[in-house]
Amino acid sequence: MSVVPAATAGSDGAAAATAGSDGVLLQTAGLTRHFRLGGLLSRRMLHAVDDLDMVIHEREIVALVGESGSGKTTVARLLAMIYPPTRGTILYRGRSVHKLRSRKDVLWYRGEVPMVFQDPYSAMNPVFRVSHGVMRNLKLHRPELDGEQRREEAERVFDIVGLNPAADMLRKFPYEMSGGQRQRVGFAQALAVRPKLILADEPVSMLDVSIRAGILNMMARLRAEAGASLLYITHDIASARYVADRIIVMYAGHAVEQGPTEVVLSRPKHPYTQLLLSAVPDPRAKAVPVSADSGEPPRVIDPGEGCRFRQRCRYAIDECARVTPLPRPMGPSHDAACHVAVADSIEEGTTASAESR
Amino acid sequence: MSENLLEVEDLSVSYLTDTADIGAVEHVSLSVHAGEFLGIVGESGCGKSTLLFAIAQLLSPPAAITSGRVVFKGQDLVQLSENSLRLVRWRDYSVVMQSAMNALNPMKSIGAQFADTIRAHEHMSPVGIKARSAEVLHLVGIDAAHLESYPHQLSGGMRQRAMIAMALLFTPQLVIMDEPTSALDVVAQRSLMTQIKDLQQQLGFAVIFVTHDMSVVANYSDRVMVMYAGQVAELGETKSIFDRPLHPYSKGLLDAFPSVRGPRRPLIGIPGSPPDLGRPPTGCRFHPRCNVAMPQCTTTEPELYDVDDAQVRCLLFAEHAAPVATR
Repeated sequence: MSVVPAATAGSDGAAAATAGSDGVLLQTAGLTRHFRLGGLLSRRMLHAVDDLDMVIHEREIVALVGESGSGKTTVARLLAMIYPPTRGTILYRGRSVHKLRSRKDVLWYRGEVPMVFQDPYSAMNPVFRVSHGVMRNLKLHRPELDGEQRREEAERVFDIVGLNPAADMLRKFPYEMSGGQRQRVGFAQALAVRPKLILADEPVSMLDVSIRAGILNMMARLRAEAGASLLYITHDIASARYVADRIIVMYAGHAVEQGPTEVVLSRPKHPYTQLLLSAVPDPRAKAVPVSADSGEPPRVIDPGEGCRFRQRCRYAIDECARVTPLPRPMGPSHDAACHVAVADSIEEGTTASAESR
Repeated sequence: MSENLLEVEDLSVSYLTDTADIGAVEHVSLSVHAGEFLGIVGESGCGKSTLLFAIAQLLSPPAAITSGRVVFKGQDLVQLSENSLRLVRWRDYSVVMQSAMNALNPMKSIGAQFADTIRAHEHMSPVGIKARSAEVLHLVGIDAAHLESYPHQLSGGMRQRAMIAMALLFTPQLVIMDEPTSALDVVAQRSLMTQIKDLQQQLGFAVIFVTHDMSVVANYSDRVMVMYAGQVAELGETKSIFDRPLHPYSKGLLDAFPSVRGPRRPLIGIPGSPPDLGRPPTGCRFHPRCNVAMPQCTTTEPELYDVDDAQVRCLLFAEHAAPVATR
């Protein structure tokens, strides 16, 4: 089975909002990405991401949460210009990202929006010292620096990510480092280019539990010290809570809920968010929640209309099979795409059906 | 000898390399009762998978058992020949490997792989094989139609379930699991854990469950063993380890993951990384990363001490308790 990129429609989405104002750093409107399955003549389309609207503000940490196959990595790759979108736009500081053509513009964007990859074991070339990636980034994105300055800058970013003594660490080969250290190198590479927004794709999922805390704390520090925003992509909603200001929950290519972290976690509106929260192992909780849910994410091949969660949803009504729910306001800057969910203001006091556990 | 199903006594495993022998598992003793769920927790490189392979007699060079016994149903597995092992392995104990993606043969259907497994250990008619395969697949909640399916046609969760079904083909008394959930999402993980626990209660087998994520076993295991640098750091009832961890390392592991409920607390994690087992630190192996290390920790190697019902390898408890007799 081969995955062939679908044709891209370069048209702007309808909602080309005013980016750049209100501290908005990056904004997507109707962002969609489909992949063609099978051969060239195949008509079957995998809908990886459909109609995603999201905003990332300056110095904000946004978590994109979902299970594997929910499309969260595709979003990161769209933002990193690895794929062009099938439809929709990405506006970065008011400029449409996929209209950047000149090498200068593309380098500018890639320098401001670098990506940190999931697997620190395969993201680095084993035959080069770890300084290679950082130095190369500096040469490419900050050509004004001379060799001496590049070395100083590399040591500075290694210090920030907690790899000390930096001078020694720079001389190491990847195999001489632990997973946690390699992931820090990944962040150092991103930091070297003075980023505005770091795309971090599951940066801790390959790491040991004891190492994760250090990386999560470092991510929080990067915002404070380097002034960067972060898109933190994860399937671990607990770690998302730990670092993120806002959470976007994805399910089968749709953003089903987004809002401020504590609001989404304390008053989850979408049944999927509720399921996700109830599944988090918590040694401090007493009872074992029992659920018949087998946890199978759907394969979103040529989906019709309707809510994609309906087969697993115990609140599903007829409408869910007919009409794709659009995000509706549930509270201040809190949206959920569900027909059944009841917004905060109305539901206060009376328990909504989708609200009960 | 005893009513314990499995008795591991003073087991040590080394990787014999040209330059040095690296002790991956050092003097580990543990027991598993019939029907018990034992969780083994530790970071990568702590020797937990090596221990598990040593128990299952699946080590291959350069790894070798250098001392100790693995007594399973009164028989020392270490002494058994490959032919005698064949009679016990998979029939009485089975192993679920970490990555179902790699453990299943991509070129063969699930049914064909089940049939291979059955034929390796028992003479059974094709009809019998088919019936038994369908039966175990049904046990883990997969439709028997998937016997015709190839691994790539199943989702990650289903592949892992199929692996567990394969481990149950002969209704063993002990199932050894090496991080079966680590590649799964939280929802699939919770569902798989619940299913393992259900099957265990239904069929009565014992489970040794290895994981690096302590929270996974919290609600399912009877006892937990925390390993660090090839040694037992702490062994005790699950509830007491989670409520009142004794070893600073267990405490660190418990504080290392964030919670979705309750107040947001800063995570401390555990500084540094696990030691190189070729050159373990002197004294207590955890002392370079320990936040309550004392001067004697750098020189004195702690024994396993009995504290209430638990065992803990930490000098903090040296005065209060005598070393555990078996070591």
